[in-house]
Amino acid sequence: MLTVFLQFLFSGLTVGSVYALVGMGFNIIYNATSIINLAQGEFVVIGGLLMWFFLESCKLPFLLAVALTILSAGLVALIMERLTIRPLKTNDLLIMIMVTVAVAIVMRGLLMFKFGKEPYSFAAFTEGDPLVIGGAVIQLQTLWVLGITGTCILALYAFFNLTIAGKAMRACSFDPTAASLVGIPVSRMIMFSFILSAMVGAIGGIAITPISLMEYDKGPMLAVKGFCAAMMGGLGRGRGAVVGGLTIGVLESMTAGYIHSGLKDAVALLILLSILFFRPAGLFGNAAMQRLKGH
Amino acid sequence: MVYALPNLTDDSYFITLMIFSGINAIVAIGLCILMGSAGQVSLGQAGFYGIGAYASSVLSQSFGLPVVISMLCAAVISGIAAVILAAPSLRLKGHYLAVATLGFGEIIHIILNEFGPGGPSGFGDIPALSAGGFVLTTPAHVAWVVWGILLLLMIFSLNMLNARPGRALRALHGSETACNAMGLDVVGLKIKVFVLSAVYASIAGSLYAHYVSFISPSSFTLFHSVLLLMMVVLGGITTVWGGLVGAVIITLLPETLKAFEELDVLVYGLILTLSLLFLRRGIVPIVTAKIHSLLVRRNA
Repeated sequence: MLTVFLQFLFSGLTVGSVYALVGMGFNIIYNATSIINLAQGEFVVIGGLLMWFFLESCKLPFLLAVALTILSAGLVALIMERLTIRPLKTNDLLIMIMVTVAVAIVMRGLLMFKFGKEPYSFAAFTEGDPLVIGGAVIQLQTLWVLGITGTCILALYAFFNLTIAGKAMRACSFDPTAASLVGIPVSRMIMFSFILSAMVGAIGGIAITPISLMEYDKGPMLAVKGFCAAMMGGLGRGRGAVVGGLTIGVLESMTAGYIHSGLKDAVALLILLSILFFRPAGLFGNAAMQRLKGH
Repeated sequence: MVYALPNLTDDSYFITLMIFSGINAIVAIGLCILMGSAGQVSLGQAGFYGIGAYASSVLSQSFGLPVVISMLCAAVISGIAAVILAAPSLRLKGHYLAVATLGFGEIIHIILNEFGPGGPSGFGDIPALSAGGFVLTTPAHVAWVVWGILLLLMIFSLNMLNARPGRALRALHGSETACNAMGLDVVGLKIKVFVLSAVYASIAGSLYAHYVSFISPSSFTLFHSVLLLMMVVLGGITTVWGGLVGAVIITLLPETLKAFEELDVLVYGLILTLSLLFLRRGIVPIVTAKIHSLLVRRNA
């Protein structure tokens, strides 16, 4: 009984980590621009598929492949921001969100053209026997996923709180006009926020692909769930997304295990809707309430 | 006139395209009113479209209700779903409704997949459109009915937008604060428009189901919601004519893009991106503005 529960718990934490990373990607961009970038899930897919491409197709060494994948994702985000977000020059959030949806479709189209519709995978980062805790089997890659997520969280926390660039990015989110008055290049910061969130997404994609495979059309669902994670923690609050992502992952895995596997995807959406309806500032915050309330 | 076209030809392929254009246009004009007038966006319109299709099919097939009655029941169900969805999320800023509708659309898709008749593979033998013992047998008749309903809804929408609710909606677009100060029930108005767009989508979904007589959850996905959005953006959100024009273009586009085969997703995405970047006002508003300026110059 406990064994099964632990098994579900660990698999939930694994997917949850990726949701947390996607959720943090949402937060990074939302903080700098108040845009909700619905192409966020596509970067996870790009991470997984390009990693496969560099590793299995080009036969590059592991670390080089990782670096190239992350850089490519950043480059895609740079192109996306320069070609579509920046030229818009509008305050209409509606248009901006729709542009991100449109770009996501373009990316999906390109990925399908290059990789087709079949799922891809590559070997786990390290070989070895899986761990057994309380009868539950934990693959080593699971530990990698959790470790990488933790490292990303710490790195982002340090970046936003300890470096000048990170503080400047946060300043843009509070008040772009004031930020530009004190000499912060706001437009460059926005571009940088897109690159950073794409890289975080790609890292998630690289880590999760050996466990759960990756295919071209996983993006929208990942984006929805990452967004749920971000909403759960309160949009724009970095640490909240982590708790949100892990919670959604675990609940999903429990639902699939104990209730019905087809309802797995509905869990996150139900959480999303109930949070939107009852606690739009997220489960942990009400300081952001003022910013969320329209009128 | 466009409405006379179905009789001018026996080409069933053409008639089928006409029917699908009309069905899409019904959803698109509803979305147009929602986006252009109420300034809200819905990424879950396929959900209402799906409710319309499934509810109407099940009611008429399993419960033996007349098709017209089951279509109306389906519209009521969609309307209620829209109120439940919109009432809380419309109190928040614009993009929250977008995300809530996206979640809603996906949930509907999952529900249809898991609990809909036939599950992921769908079900067939849905009764054809009929009213009072008169059953529509040929596609040409269906095309007439679809475009007839579309015409009625167009007239209704245009009248509504020119009357008091329309003025209130335009004021809402100008300044929400001012509307509040004038005593307009802003949230109530937005909810009504959202319900209206859901009902349009539901009617279209019912028409679709009774025409094709076989439906499966794969027709009611996020991708379809995005397609509908694309019709409205391409045509122009400021006038319901935009929805109509956009729907016809986007419905016919895949036929002309067949040469691209696997690239169709990519081409769709590119068209949406480019039209957002360069035709942000939409085809109809741009063309009417051009014609208007030509006429003004000639008169001057």
